[in-house]
Amino acid sequence: MGRLRFGLALSALMLLLGHASAEDVKLAYVGEISGSIAVSGGNFRDGIILAVEEINAAGGILKQKIALSQLDTQTNPGVARAQMQKAIDGDPYVVLGPIFSGNVKATMPLLQQAEIPHLIGGEAAELTNLGDRYLFRTSFGQQIGMPKISNYIRDELKAKTIALIWVNNDFGKGGRDNLIKQLAARNIKLVADVSTESGQVDFAADVVKLKAANADAVFVYSNEEECARIMREARKQGLKGPFVGDTTLLSQKTIELAGDAANGVRGHVGLTADAPIPAVAEFSTKFQKRFNYKPDHNGIKGYTAVYAIRYVTEKRLGKFDRKAFAQAMHGLTISPKDEPAILMETTWDDVGEIDRISFLAEVVNGQQKIIQVLPKLGK
Amino acid sequence: MRGGRRRLVGIVLALAAAFLLAAPFAFRPYGIFILTMWAVMTIAAIGLNLTLGYAGQVSLAQAAFVGIGAYITACLTTRGWPFWSTYLLGGAACFAIGWLLGHPALRVQHHYLAFVTLAFNTLVYLMFRNEEWLTGGIYGISNVPRPHLAGWSLNGPREFYYFCLAHLALVALAAWWLIRSPWGRAFVALRENPLRALSLGVDTRRYTLMAFALGAGLGGISGVLYAPLVQFVDPTPFALGLSLNLLLMVVVGGSGYFFGPFLGAMVAVLLPEWLRFTEGFYLMGYALLVMVLMVSCPTGLIGLADRLTRRTSRSAADVSVARPGAAVQGEGAR
Amino acid sequence: MADVVQLLVAGLATGAIYALVAIGFTLLWQTSQTINFAQGEFVMLPAFFVLIGMSHFGLSFWPSVALAAVVSVVVLGLLFKRLMVDPVIRHGVLPLVIATIGLAIFFKEVVREFYGADAQPFPPVVAAGDMTVLGIAFAVQSLVVLAISIVAVVALQLFLNGTRTGRCMQASAQNPTVARLLGIPVERMILYTFLINAALVTLASILITPIYLAKFTNGEWLGLYAFIAAIVGGFNQVRGAIVGGLLLGVIDNFAAAYLSSQYRMAIPLLILIVVILFRPQGLLGRIEERTV
Repeated sequence: MGRLRFGLALSALMLLLGHASAEDVKLAYVGEISGSIAVSGGNFRDGIILAVEEINAAGGILKQKIALSQLDTQTNPGVARAQMQKAIDGDPYVVLGPIFSGNVKATMPLLQQAEIPHLIGGEAAELTNLGDRYLFRTSFGQQIGMPKISNYIRDELKAKTIALIWVNNDFGKGGRDNLIKQLAARNIKLVADVSTESGQVDFAADVVKLKAANADAVFVYSNEEECARIMREARKQGLKGPFVGDTTLLSQKTIELAGDAANGVRGHVGLTADAPIPAVAEFSTKFQKRFNYKPDHNGIKGYTAVYAIRYVTEKRLGKFDRKAFAQAMHGLTISPKDEPAILMETTWDDVGEIDRISFLAEVVNGQQKIIQVLPKLGK
Repeated sequence: MRGGRRRLVGIVLALAAAFLLAAPFAFRPYGIFILTMWAVMTIAAIGLNLTLGYAGQVSLAQAAFVGIGAYITACLTTRGWPFWSTYLLGGAACFAIGWLLGHPALRVQHHYLAFVTLAFNTLVYLMFRNEEWLTGGIYGISNVPRPHLAGWSLNGPREFYYFCLAHLALVALAAWWLIRSPWGRAFVALRENPLRALSLGVDTRRYTLMAFALGAGLGGISGVLYAPLVQFVDPTPFALGLSLNLLLMVVVGGSGYFFGPFLGAMVAVLLPEWLRFTEGFYLMGYALLVMVLMVSCPTGLIGLADRLTRRTSRSAADVSVARPGAAVQGEGAR
Repeated sequence: MADVVQLLVAGLATGAIYALVAIGFTLLWQTSQTINFAQGEFVMLPAFFVLIGMSHFGLSFWPSVALAAVVSVVVLGLLFKRLMVDPVIRHGVLPLVIATIGLAIFFKEVVREFYGADAQPFPPVVAAGDMTVLGIAFAVQSLVVLAISIVAVVALQLFLNGTRTGRCMQASAQNPTVARLLGIPVERMILYTFLINAALVTLASILITPIYLAKFTNGEWLGLYAFIAAIVGGFNQVRGAIVGGLLLGVIDNFAAAYLSSQYRMAIPLLILIVVILFRPQGLLGRIEERTV
């Protein structure tokens, strides 16, 4: 796979990229490069790197090259806070990341105080409710995705009972809490509530619990690898579907790891590298060529974030002004007409929440097929 | 201590103290934050050094006590309780729980004790994560305020650093006094040969429990300071990884040496930061250095310094710089 | 009823893996007082050797496995002993524990940085599929894992009890001083245990990675469960590790199915605490005497 060579080359490149000159605009990525969500943090980082390289090749932002510094939070809030402080000491224009919501919460006060805009990768619902005027998402919060999939469960699947299996970390718990609220509002009963550990490998006992619940549908909400293992175990034990999920259950990685077991699962997909949009497909190809692996939705988040920064700074501001940047972002809509690399039309509201079209998809014959395009909430 | 060595140690200490006092004026907020983290972790490491280095009780539960202290502080200060109350509560609670945790140590030793404490640590972590009504669960507790000292706010990085440094100095003095006291000697007796100590009239039971309680109490104090330092408390930092990290600090610094924890915490907290310029390789480099350190000087850094500066034959039982007789040494080990 | 049987088989299969890993761990402890905190990562690594063999050297599966086995035995057995254990063990167990903690971090980071952070599929020893017996579906893979593990353990027991070398190894473990007096090359016997451990973890790796998927974090929980299995079974008996592993796998599965899922991890830990406090020699172990 050439990863060995790429690893060394990439690191050398990073050392070079980190070398900023006075004429550069500084961006900082503070994210989870090692630790339990290294996959997500790594994807986000690589999306950023791809965008930075492309923009620098085209001349940079307002004729200044981007100098990107990368700081690893190790998925630990204490470390995240230290690294964010270090990033802030370097006087960046905008900060990207973190993804882990604990890290976002630990570092938010610092960024608010320093008045530095930050584009986070975190999807936990509460992050946009904490009054941070400088925080912007790069993908839906869970409180946007869950109502959509709940509608699907009620209207298309016509399910009255749901058995839920979820991963016990900030991502899984946040999704679960939101989903339960949405299901309750639609009079759908939760008959099984099975929590699993991050990194868990053996799901025999959990599938037995799901079977015993005898629900109309099974909701799987976990990281890609665990989704794959759950689906394989479910098929092995003859657990009857239909299976629904949100983004991770239907991602290409999950399908690759689960094989045939993934066929037939359905769900809501907020952001996907498999969207039926040519720009996204092009991004996916570029990413794979550069980094030798397929991007997941975190790669798209990182990539579009950097281009959003360029768009706002060049087309809306004409100068580097952090406060003005934050103000301009509230209520902003960027469409691919204005900035093709934004990939899909994106709107930010006045709490930094994102609005985009999303998709309902089904896995057919090892491929993610879009069965419905769901419009933006706003327009 | 011989005169020459004493002078050398004195000079080193004076330089270190000068550096610690002056550092905030030379460093940016990031550097000050890291130094503060070092100070906070050293307190926990001193606690573990008491339990493990001096009394010979292997404890892998120290992270749980740091967590208990941190959660008590976070829960209470976000509800408006004054800081000094959480301080007492956190330290006292950990002392009590540590006392209880010491009871298994009365039955088993060494690697068995290590696993019991390891299990305890993980159980406490699970409780932190699952009991949302108490700890905020996986979501954690945000916006933990920094304390006031007689109306003077300790919010800024520099002020809080001196606050933590003062704590470290107090803890160090207390530990120094303890080790030089008969209690300290009892701990060492407990480590070297518990049965013989018992036959000589040392109340091994009380000292074992005390070793755990004191170590745990210091872990709690460390946690009480950790919460306002990071200002966000969630379960992830208090899992087994931190216990292993603290163990690393004690052993790498020099188990059973007074200044071991200081150096060990420096290695564990500061070294990864210094290595960050290597980007993706910094943890690898850190792990490699730890391994090389253990292979080349298994008695820890202070042990190495000790060996290098001892020119003549050793003087008899020098308690204040106790030698870490290998904590587990079977008959016929090579 | 079908569920109970499925849980039992799944538990036994997982438990067999714990057993394999725990046996090596126990052997190392018995012969050289080594507590290897990197044992979980030792299991994670050989799978990546195989993947590298297949992708970089273009070998097919079985030659890759052979190559990985050789590399593992050399690196995780010989080099581990010579470069890390021998210099450090003289000074006690704790420095070695720290060194192996460092080793665990090192292996994890090397794999993450140079191979990748995401999970990789791994070709199974036997094609994945299901077998239905009496209306209950079993994964063929689980049964194969169980079968191969049993064969490996039986082979090991025969070796230890039946051959001269095996008995020499046991003698070195029980009383190295006397063993030396009797002319047994104790150093070499200890080396053999390291090599056997490396072979066992390689076998465990090949067996479970098709199910677990190859990922750099695989070692974390696996190591912990192996320690628990070793202690619960009896830290000074190889048979103990087997019983401990199987028991742990089964109990863990049943507890997870019928008790709280958020506290799933707590059950093995509570068992560990109870066993250590009330029967520290484990279920099958002999009481270790303490010298005064």
